[in-house]
Amino acid sequence: MDRLVFLLSSGLARGAVLALFALSLVIVWRAARVVNFAQAAMAIAAVYVAFAITAASGSYWLGLIGGLATGALLGAAVEAGLMRRVPHTTPLPGMIVAIGLVMILQSGLSIAFGPQHRTMRPPFSERPFDLGGVPVLSPYELFVLVVAALVMGGLALLFNRTSLGLQLRASAFAPETSRLLGVRVPRMVTVGWMLSVATAALAALLLVPTELGLNPFAADLLFVNAFAVAVIGGLDSPAGALAAGIGVGILSSLVTGYVSASAAPLAVLAVLTAVLLLRPGGLVAAGKARSA
Amino acid sequence: MSTLTVERLTVGYGDGAPVLDGLDLEIADGGIVALLGANGAGKTTLLRALTGLVPARSGRVLLGGADLTGLPTEDRVRRGLALVPEGRGVVAELTVDENLLLGGLWRHRAAARRAAVEEMYDLFEPLARRRGAHGHSLSGGERQMLALARALVARPDVLLLDEPSLGLAPLVVAQLLGVLRETARRTGLTVLLAEQNVTGALSVADRGVVLSLGEAVADRPAAELAAEPALRHAYLGF
Repeated sequence: MDRLVFLLSSGLARGAVLALFALSLVIVWRAARVVNFAQAAMAIAAVYVAFAITAASGSYWLGLIGGLATGALLGAAVEAGLMRRVPHTTPLPGMIVAIGLVMILQSGLSIAFGPQHRTMRPPFSERPFDLGGVPVLSPYELFVLVVAALVMGGLALLFNRTSLGLQLRASAFAPETSRLLGVRVPRMVTVGWMLSVATAALAALLLVPTELGLNPFAADLLFVNAFAVAVIGGLDSPAGALAAGIGVGILSSLVTGYVSASAAPLAVLAVLTAVLLLRPGGLVAAGKARSA
Repeated sequence: MSTLTVERLTVGYGDGAPVLDGLDLEIADGGIVALLGANGAGKTTLLRALTGLVPARSGRVLLGGADLTGLPTEDRVRRGLALVPEGRGVVAELTVDENLLLGGLWRHRAAARRAAVEEMYDLFEPLARRRGAHGHSLSGGERQMLALARALVARPDVLLLDEPSLGLAPLVVAQLLGVLRETARRTGLTVLLAEQNVTGALSVADRGVVLSLGEAVADRPAAELAAEPALRHAYLGF
């Protein structure tokens, strides 16, 4: 019982990070119809900046803010400087350019900072609280959950309650119609990339202190799992990414705890396969248009 | 002041023969102009080229004397041009209310935007009852109504309408055209109405322009055009 509670609570925190990263993939997919394979490398580049700022200033929070800003700037730069120039008639060119970007970023980071893992200290303790003898959620995990909830809530408000959000959604669903309504669609695509990469950078920033440390490949596994999560959730659906992220996080925590750590990725793949077989559009698929 | 002028406009797709070849056209300020022509005459191409959705090979498009030629679609719209495309172009994933707000976004600040949307609900009563409904749940008539209302929210100077009657019952078409005529009279809006439904279009229009193979072959008062069997036979096929 103790073990179950512990695994559930740490799975929840892990799921929140996964959901956040998956959400970032959903945002860029909706904005630009691109699966950004460079998301992890871009996020980690932003984490290196956060790491450097924290090391120089001694403040975790300055590093966090700097990392998010770097993520947003990197998103804008990659969109305006690279992705906008790639032909959009098929998804393939965008994917190939993204994969090329992964190689450049990861090699660049390795050359600049070396391949070793750098320890990133979390701002809060990772020792779990003790609730009547049962270990549940460390202060850091609680922090991760609160930050993830705040950011997801903020993004939901932005997309659903503001005129910027309305333009972002309209540009994603119907670019030509949006332009006919005076929406500056290319700018909306850039904003989508900025939001997406900043969110991914946040997820990576939250993840790294719980893992081995910072190295150019530190978010690769997160990307793979989050990509599966985004597809399970329906790729177009923020709510789907959230639900699937929490679900997959808890599942892999339970499998790690009760079976073995190496079985966890297999469990994720099994869920992905099952979802693709039963609901190919993902858990939360878009509504069908009325044709009469 | 918002005369729409087309000068030597040439538009084509790929490297085929141009659909519009050196078209000259002037749509004077105010009133409804019917743009007529058989399938393939270039009506839709003209409307899309006017809004910049299709690039022109050469020629110019001017609105109220200002050259729109090099501008992207969204900036032409912000200069006062609006297009309701064929097939309605309602954003199916957004609600009726969101579609209307989106239409008025660049034109109005928040409070005025709400007022402009409410004005449309008064004009198109069926939409008011469905304000929370998503675009994909609307009927064909409601969608056309929404597309028209959404274009009007932005108070354009020139409204381009592509086949608004397509697939709609005659009664619905009559209602829509009635609202259009009323709005044009009240606000001084200029409407360029591309239609296959020649009789319907000429009954609301002040003037009619007939396109054939990318050229304007007639430009006369609507009543005159309607009463000219030879022209109808030659270019409109009835």
